[in-house]
Amino acid sequence: MSGTMAEKVWDAHVVHPGGDGEPDLLYIDLHLIHEVTSPQAFDGLRAAGRPVRRPDLTLATEDHNVPTVDIDRPIADPVSRAQVEALRANCAEFGVPLFPLGDAEQGIVHVVGPQLGLTQPGMTVVCGDSHTSTHGAFGALAFGIGTSEVEHVLATQSLPLKPFRTMAVTVDGELPEGVTAKDIILAVIAQIGTGGGQGYVIEYRGSAIESLSMEARMTICNMSIEAGARAGMIAPDETTFTYLKGRDHAPTGTDWDDAVAYWSQLRSDPDAEFDREVVIDAASLSPFVTWGTNPGQGLPLSEVVPSPDDFADEVQRHAAQRALEYMGLTPGTPLRDITVDTVFVGSCTNGRIEDLRAVADILRGRRVADGVRVLVVPGSVRVREQAEAEGLGEIFQAAGAEWREAGCSMCLAMNPDKLTPGERAASTSNRNFEGRQGPGGRTHLVSPQVAAATAITGRLTAPADLAV
Amino acid sequence: MEAFVVHEGTAAPLRHSNVDTDQIIPAEYLKRITRTGFHDGLFAAWRTDPDFVLNRPHHQGVSILVAGPDFGTGSSREHAVWALQDYGFRVVVSSRFADIFRSNAGKNGLLPALVDQSTLERLWEIVEATPDIPVLVDLDAQEIRAGDLVAPFDVDPAVKWRLLNGLDDIAITLSHAAEIDRFEEQRPAFKPVTSS
Ligand code: SF4
Repeated sequence: MSGTMAEKVWDAHVVHPGGDGEPDLLYIDLHLIHEVTSPQAFDGLRAAGRPVRRPDLTLATEDHNVPTVDIDRPIADPVSRAQVEALRANCAEFGVPLFPLGDAEQGIVHVVGPQLGLTQPGMTVVCGDSHTSTHGAFGALAFGIGTSEVEHVLATQSLPLKPFRTMAVTVDGELPEGVTAKDIILAVIAQIGTGGGQGYVIEYRGSAIESLSMEARMTICNMSIEAGARAGMIAPDETTFTYLKGRDHAPTGTDWDDAVAYWSQLRSDPDAEFDREVVIDAASLSPFVTWGTNPGQGLPLSEVVPSPDDFADEVQRHAAQRALEYMGLTPGTPLRDITVDTVFVGSCTNGRIEDLRAVADILRGRRVADGVRVLVVPGSVRVREQAEAEGLGEIFQAAGAEWREAGCSMCLAMNPDKLTPGERAASTSNRNFEGRQGPGGRTHLVSPQVAAATAITGRLTAPADLAV
Repeated sequence: MEAFVVHEGTAAPLRHSNVDTDQIIPAEYLKRITRTGFHDGLFAAWRTDPDFVLNRPHHQGVSILVAGPDFGTGSSREHAVWALQDYGFRVVVSSRFADIFRSNAGKNGLLPALVDQSTLERLWEIVEATPDIPVLVDLDAQEIRAGDLVAPFDVDPAVKWRLLNGLDDIAITLSHAAEIDRFEEQRPAFKPVTSS
């Protein structure tokens, strides 16, 4: 029988088949939790007198609410503090391992799992956070769940689920110089739309995808949710195995050999059928930025701000009009002329070491533009330490950027790092929704490379535009 | 979860259509970290009005809400169901429910009883005329009785089964515990654990 990778992973985890349109009961290999979506789940367990079935398959970290400066002081916001304190108390009570603020392993949940080697091919991974799709870069079936499902997984280590449909997004050919994983995924979302992936698991394939590093693959899978998809996956290969080998939780000895043999047969069979297929020519891609208030409203940086009249579809026209108003943009303005107040480098999309290296390469020996606030926020404490060891922190600071502690930071307005009303940012995060980075804040989603070049000029800029 | 077979209580007539989840419980209550204690947030904006139905002296202690069509639209927050339950409601009767509300209610043990518009109007009239009239909701027979009214209601068969048996999602999954055990025994040794 031939199948897609998603189907193979699914089938390998069915505890109890539903049949007849009923959901299958699926086993969960790894459950990641954080302070925002877990308190009520633990409260539900307590009310029903249920234990956590497998604390040893569960891992907690503090990320959404935590400050990225003065982390040794108490969290000022009472709601954030209460959530963090609840997580600590719950993890202690139920025996769940936790990486609290200040711990050497703390960081954004989707950065922590992979860097520890906990995310492996063929696993099912869930978390009460939509960007759990990140972990699919390893060939895991990984998706976000709601709070009542968090409780369900805590109690049973399994979840009743109806099968997803499958979509193949094939990116073939060679990426032009300066084009990154972020540009690929922004182009995919612009093409299929923010609802285009609804109900699907997307498998990214093709030579351009295979040539990417694990970090870059995570960037792509991370934003699958922005195309409406439940999950994204990339077939495990040598790049995956090399990344995993030697990590804290990666298998060793004969277990490693068994694992690699298993992982190697997960890829979709050549004749596997997908419910939908999309093909993109890598050579046609260029640095991409968003101009609107959803991740599908993006264009190559060489373009101009569109006019609502450019959209034949009534709904899209209306959305564009509203977005332009919110963003304070005039149709016809070259995207390269848009000036920014702030640049944010970080998040589970682009807060890994490779992203920081790319930014440092551009900032090295340069200064950020006058009046531009630049935040560089590592995705985890480990990423921060690695960056320090490589001298990247010094480069950021010498260039005039703020070099922060690990956390979600300005990706979402839940901690002190926020945009003020009307403030415009180039951001390496994943959502440009109204108010996402702070009430009234205006977000342009970009790659780390574009973020860094923009920091230098104060306008949306590609690295190639910078005079050498 | 407590099984629901037959419930008898008094009812509150909520003559509003399109009650969205923001009206049921405003967003500011979502910051809480508990799963219970949301009764104070229920219909918070309306509760400041002394004339609001739940504030009227003869509608105290109600357990059945009789609401207008399109109840529970808007954001999918489960807190809307929790707030209704924390307040003491066991049944919401309406002539149309928002899908997500209906499924959230069923999951949490709050019975969403779907009636036709004429039954709804009759119920309103009856409980407004006689606020303390006992209203009987028989889930097995799918029937509502109040005074001389005997009317059928609709409920999703899966929700009915789960309510009659007092099963929540987790309890249903735990009925397969032996299969989960067996699955765990066969998991490959190379799969990671989070504890060191
Ligand atoms: S970095 Fe942003 S998208 Fe990622 S987990 Fe944190 S808040 Fe969510």
